[in-house]
Amino acid sequence: MSRSAAATEAYLAAHQALASMLPAAGTPWLDHRRSSARDQFRELGFPTLRDEQWKYTNVRSIIRQAFTLPPAESGWMDKGQVDAAAVPGMDTYRLVFADGILVPQLSRCDDLPKGVTVTGLADMLRTDPGRLEGELGELLGEPTHGFNAMNSAFVCDGAFVEIGPGVVVDRPIELLFISATGGEGRLALPRNLVLLRAGSQATLHERYVSASPARCLTSAVSEVLIEDDAKLHLERLQEESERSFHIGGLFAEVGRNACFTTNAVTLGGALVRNDLVVNLNEEGAEARLNGLYVVGGRQHVDNHTQVFHNSPRTTSHERYKGILNGHARAVFRGHIRVQPDAQQTDAVQNNHNLLLSPDAEVDTMPQLEIYADDVKCAHGASVGQLDKDAIFYLRSRGVAEAEARHMLTRGFMADVLDELEPLPLRQYLQHRIDRLMSAAREAT
Amino acid sequence: MSAVEAEISDLVGREYKAGFVTEIDSDTLPPGLDESVIRTISGKKNEPDFMLEWRLDAYRRWGGMHTPEWAHVHYPPIDFQAISYYSAPRSEGDGPKSLDEIDPKLLETYDKLGIPLEEQKILSGVKVAVDAVFDSVSVATTFKKELAEAGVIFCPFSEALQEHPELVRKYLGAVVPPGDNFYAALNSAVFSDGSFVYIPKGVRCPMELSTYFRINAMNTGQFERTLIVADEGSYVSYLEGCTAPMRDENQLHAAVVELIAMKDAQIKYSTVQNWYPGDEEGRGGIYNFVTKRGACRGDNAKISWTQVETGSAITWKYPSVLLEGDRTVGEFYSVALTNHRQQADTGTKMVHIGRDTSSTIISKGISAGRGQNAYRGLVKVLKGADNARNYSQCDSLLMGDRCGAHTFPYLEVKNPTATIEHEATTSKIGEDQLFYCRQRGLSEEDAISLIVNGFCKAVFKKLPMEFAVEAQKLLSISLEGAVG
Repeated sequence: MSRSAAATEAYLAAHQALASMLPAAGTPWLDHRRSSARDQFRELGFPTLRDEQWKYTNVRSIIRQAFTLPPAESGWMDKGQVDAAAVPGMDTYRLVFADGILVPQLSRCDDLPKGVTVTGLADMLRTDPGRLEGELGELLGEPTHGFNAMNSAFVCDGAFVEIGPGVVVDRPIELLFISATGGEGRLALPRNLVLLRAGSQATLHERYVSASPARCLTSAVSEVLIEDDAKLHLERLQEESERSFHIGGLFAEVGRNACFTTNAVTLGGALVRNDLVVNLNEEGAEARLNGLYVVGGRQHVDNHTQVFHNSPRTTSHERYKGILNGHARAVFRGHIRVQPDAQQTDAVQNNHNLLLSPDAEVDTMPQLEIYADDVKCAHGASVGQLDKDAIFYLRSRGVAEAEARHMLTRGFMADVLDELEPLPLRQYLQHRIDRLMSAAREAT
Repeated sequence: MSAVEAEISDLVGREYKAGFVTEIDSDTLPPGLDESVIRTISGKKNEPDFMLEWRLDAYRRWGGMHTPEWAHVHYPPIDFQAISYYSAPRSEGDGPKSLDEIDPKLLETYDKLGIPLEEQKILSGVKVAVDAVFDSVSVATTFKKELAEAGVIFCPFSEALQEHPELVRKYLGAVVPPGDNFYAALNSAVFSDGSFVYIPKGVRCPMELSTYFRINAMNTGQFERTLIVADEGSYVSYLEGCTAPMRDENQLHAAVVELIAMKDAQIKYSTVQNWYPGDEEGRGGIYNFVTKRGACRGDNAKISWTQVETGSAITWKYPSVLLEGDRTVGEFYSVALTNHRQQADTGTKMVHIGRDTSSTIISKGISAGRGQNAYRGLVKVLKGADNARNYSQCDSLLMGDRCGAHTFPYLEVKNPTATIEHEATTSKIGEDQLFYCRQRGLSEEDAISLIVNGFCKAVFKKLPMEFAVEAQKLLSISLEGAVG
């Protein structure tokens, strides 16, 4: 048996043992979803390099080790960790999860505006499963790889966020996922469902941090529905330890004249894979997708994005930027598909990479698939280093070389960072990145 | 339907002009492939033993391989046992010694195609030496004497095997090994002929070299092999052209082209591909599954691929350059047109290995009717390839709302001193552009042709002059009845 098949079998056995204890087990529609996801997981297994979508990302290091789900009541409650992770000067509604399981004591959602639900998915499944029927699992559809299928087979906890029609939420909603709260080998499978009803507006922060340097695996799936005229700003920040593994999937559907903005920032993790799938289903739907990865050491970060223009007059603007130090490796695949009859699509996709070390590596694949003729589509990709002339220019004006490099690097990522909302988050990340960069400089 | 759409559908609808069949007596093997077929082909050509061994090795490798399925093309599985792997015009004795001895019907065929087999063909003062390959066999090579004086070897592959076996043995498979991929392995096992070119040290080939390929017989596949070696400091410009009769069945063409450029050598390889593309409903047409690769072996070598792909039902082709020496240069200029139900998945690979290497990729895709056109390219910068430079530009022009244009670039960079850029855009012919031309007295058809040619100009200007003219004509013929 191959290693991948053996790992799949181990998780299937764990599933068998746990199935009856999962939240709301016995609810027919949910049982059906879980068992068909389990079958798909069995069929798909874990991806290998032969898989075109995983050509540059080897998950061997993940499947070599057996990760286990935390006990139902882990009792972890470290307020210090939550305070440490908080962004200074930013007030949020907050849910805190320890290895994927909600910690109500550390969460803070009491004064939510009317028409807004922010709660744990497991609670929701236990108390009102009917409200999730026909919503949970709809946007993910058929899982495309084993990690998503595994998440769907277990569906245990995560966040459920619903913003009622026309409601504008005053503060960001923060989902703080803390991994490695219980030593080595923990498995976290957060599953989030976010529903923005017609005309509503919200800002959501999906944050992943580690409680300890213990090696853990997080395989997260978020489903995001943005109905007509709604607006969602979703910031996805990955700041876990350099030993952690993170596989994240975000599946969004955008309605008529609705707007979805998402910024994916990856700073931590030994191996990080982010899948982002956006369906622009109705006329006037718009997506703004940005990404920033600043990695070093032996980190491996892989961003896969897919945008489907399914209706006429839809817009997508995508910009991913990366800075690589040490032996880091970055992979980017952006795929834009303009369906037949999706005329007057406006799609732009860019990926730019800055290599700051002789041992870093970038593999980038910006892809367009176009089946309509009246469209404006462009993509671009580049890989390079800091412009010598620009450094010379600054030095000739009395700026020290290290400072000049720092300024240019900051300038390179500024346009992506500027997209982040609100301002305190931007400042917090800038500060974090500055620290990472100076640590990388010292390492060389 | 607007006037433009009508014009375009008019332009796209024109017929394939090289679609006739030549009634000629030919010697064809029955369909099917096994070791005995390979032995027969090798025997018919009286090949040295190493060649037979090489073919059998390739055949065994092929047996363990699968058809590639990653390309953005769709077609029913091919029955490789239903294809005849050898067809040759029957000739008396040892084959033609001069043009006079060639079957006049053959000459007529090449005449109809407008291919200058007659030696007096001199266009714009440039002489062109031609090697013509009919079905599987090379039938005529012109200008041999003049080339021999310059020390250039330009002959059919089978002749090269008889007269220069040591050269063939040294270089065959050096760039595309027999087990490289499914179709290259098949070609290595059964290839019947092709062209062999050797340019000695310091020689600038005195004229353009050219090969014309023609598939004539039914149910045959054409598997030719081209090997061009440019020794130190030499230069050669080579052009291939291809046509086939109109038939309702699909025919397979699986060629291999290998280029080797030594230190300071330059090879310029141009293709005008006009295999039968099938009819409007997608019946018939050639499956053009070709492996083309060049290696810049020595420092300062340069290989340039230029292709104009207007024919074939399906094109699967990625002319590549391995930039092994320092300061080597690779170029790829391509115009690919798909009309009706044609499908093309084409592009290039540039592998930067030496220092200070550079590559340029300019790809222009035109899709009309229900055509699907994909650019697929790889730019790979290895760890030691300091200061590698690549610029890629892929533009698509869409004509009609049922066609598709796709771009799948892969950039792999393992060296931070590399500067790699890729850009792609997609556009259509604007009503305003057409209006502008019409207003100045151009007919709609001329206006479209003007705009399309403008779109392709960056590639056409890389073709040898006389072929650029041919390519432009071909493009407007292929687009007849299609613009929108």
